[in-house]
Amino acid sequence: MAQPHPTQSGDHLDGQWYVDKLFHGLMFLCGISAVLFVLGIFLFVFAEGAGFILKSLDWRQFLLSPRWMPTSSYNPTYGILALIAGTASITFLAMVVAVPFSLGAAIYIAEFAKGRTREVLKILIELLAAIPSVVWGFIGLAIMNPWIIQTFDEPIGLNILNCGIILGLMAAPIITSIAEDALKAVPDTYREAAEALGANRWQTIAQVVLPAAKNGLLAAVLLGVGRGFGETMAVLMASGHSINMPESIFDSVRALTATIAAELGETAVGSDHYQALFAIGIFLFTITFFINMTADWIIRGSKRG
Amino acid sequence: MFSAQPVNQHNRQVEWLFRLLFGIMLTLLIIPVLLIIATLFHRGGSTLSLEFLFTFPSDGMTAGGVFPALLGTIWLVVVSLLASVPLGVAAAIYLSEYARQEHWLTRIINLATINLAGVPSIVHALFGLGAFVLFFRIGTSILAASLTLAVMTLPVVIVASWESLQAVPRSFREACWNMGATRWQTIRQVVLPNALTGILTGIILQVSRAAGETAPIMFTGAVFFLPFLPGSPFDQTMALALHLYTISTQVPDVPESLPFAVALLLVCIVLLMNATAIWFRMYLRGKKKW
Repeated sequence: MAQPHPTQSGDHLDGQWYVDKLFHGLMFLCGISAVLFVLGIFLFVFAEGAGFILKSLDWRQFLLSPRWMPTSSYNPTYGILALIAGTASITFLAMVVAVPFSLGAAIYIAEFAKGRTREVLKILIELLAAIPSVVWGFIGLAIMNPWIIQTFDEPIGLNILNCGIILGLMAAPIITSIAEDALKAVPDTYREAAEALGANRWQTIAQVVLPAAKNGLLAAVLLGVGRGFGETMAVLMASGHSINMPESIFDSVRALTATIAAELGETAVGSDHYQALFAIGIFLFTITFFINMTADWIIRGSKRG
Repeated sequence: MFSAQPVNQHNRQVEWLFRLLFGIMLTLLIIPVLLIIATLFHRGGSTLSLEFLFTFPSDGMTAGGVFPALLGTIWLVVVSLLASVPLGVAAAIYLSEYARQEHWLTRIINLATINLAGVPSIVHALFGLGAFVLFFRIGTSILAASLTLAVMTLPVVIVASWESLQAVPRSFREACWNMGATRWQTIRQVVLPNALTGILTGIILQVSRAAGETAPIMFTGAVFFLPFLPGSPFDQTMALALHLYTISTQVPDVPESLPFAVALLLVCIVLLMNATAIWFRMYLRGKKKW
């Protein structure tokens, strides 16, 4: 919609012309609001933690020490390595659960399902994505927890396994719908050409459609990882929330997001502990920012190529 | 690449095998969710009643209903709508009707929208606390929490509105411009009315999202328990999603059916909203005149 506008020739500069200019400006201001908010999020979160981040924070200790002991009275330590390991282990298991199933589901919806079935399946996947994260957390507590205790004979069912499955189910609809878009974006002429060469449906999918859509599929997985990293309530409720370097999937762990959610309410505004939580916030913001940027870059690259 | 052979029995079987495999994978994604919803109904359904909706929690939140939390969620959603809908729709109008598609600024706005949707909800909470509660001195209140929710759900409104604006054919706009209308007159009287149902769909999805969010409102305006109802946007409030977190983790000796009923209520609200949005979209597709 970028062509010069007919009334810009200037033959009637009446009231409507000024109204038009006014709204153009107004829409522009609202248009850049998303940019302002992203900048604002970075600035405000950074500003709240700035005193600590710039002065007393030891970056090596922050990133490399597994000891998160902010409330220790004689020597508070702020090391987030165990929290990173917690988040990473949960996200990893979630991806192990979600990626094969989501890609399989996406292939089924995009390549095999037709007409009404396809519509219904897409709606079901969409509804799956709508369930709030606090409800997922509650399911981890009330349904998965006793199930794991019973099935695996473990003392506690709030662990990586529980949280990974929950998070996998949460990430699956996102991965499925983005992967499905990527498969749909492969032109039908590719499929027709393969079929004309005598390939059957499966050969077409495995050797033509999947390679052509691989960038989009990769982006879908990346966005799923981003979701896993940023998820808060479900992880807080289902992970067990104890600081551990994880060794098995039956260990309880604590995630970065959950730490902020659990501790922020108990800290004094402006204290070192409070500012350290904002430092974790900046860390999370940076990681998800890069994940989203990479995913977008991969998708755009695949559209050009 | 492929040998030109007639479709033989073996190939057919392989194809069916894979089709079956992917079908099973899809089913395995959907079945747990249906099971979960069935369990919520089974264990919370009998507690969920009109009386449950309209009474206060009692006995240290181990009995009674959810009225203040339900009302609080409505407050939060309505106030966040008032902020995010005008802003989001206007941003979509700018992106769809004014911006040049390949301009660097448009590109940056699109990237920012993607990132805003990808920022973890707890980071939105930190932003809300730092910006609205402390910097703008709104204090922990419905207003601060709603504004945080509005920023978080803005991308939903922008993307849905942009899509429905783009679906209005260009010829509609051209016809209007040829009548001598300004760009704004065209948008207001031709483009917007034709995109309205689609925009409404986006708003319903925003409501569904905002009603279920917990982390962004935890430190900005929602509290575990209040003995009275909020009277203005500057009061603190209870909220359904936070209430579920509270009674399932923070309060001892809650009878099991209570959190199940709250979870069921939340899921019902969210699914109802989404079903409405889906119905709207189908209706829209059926009604399309072009």
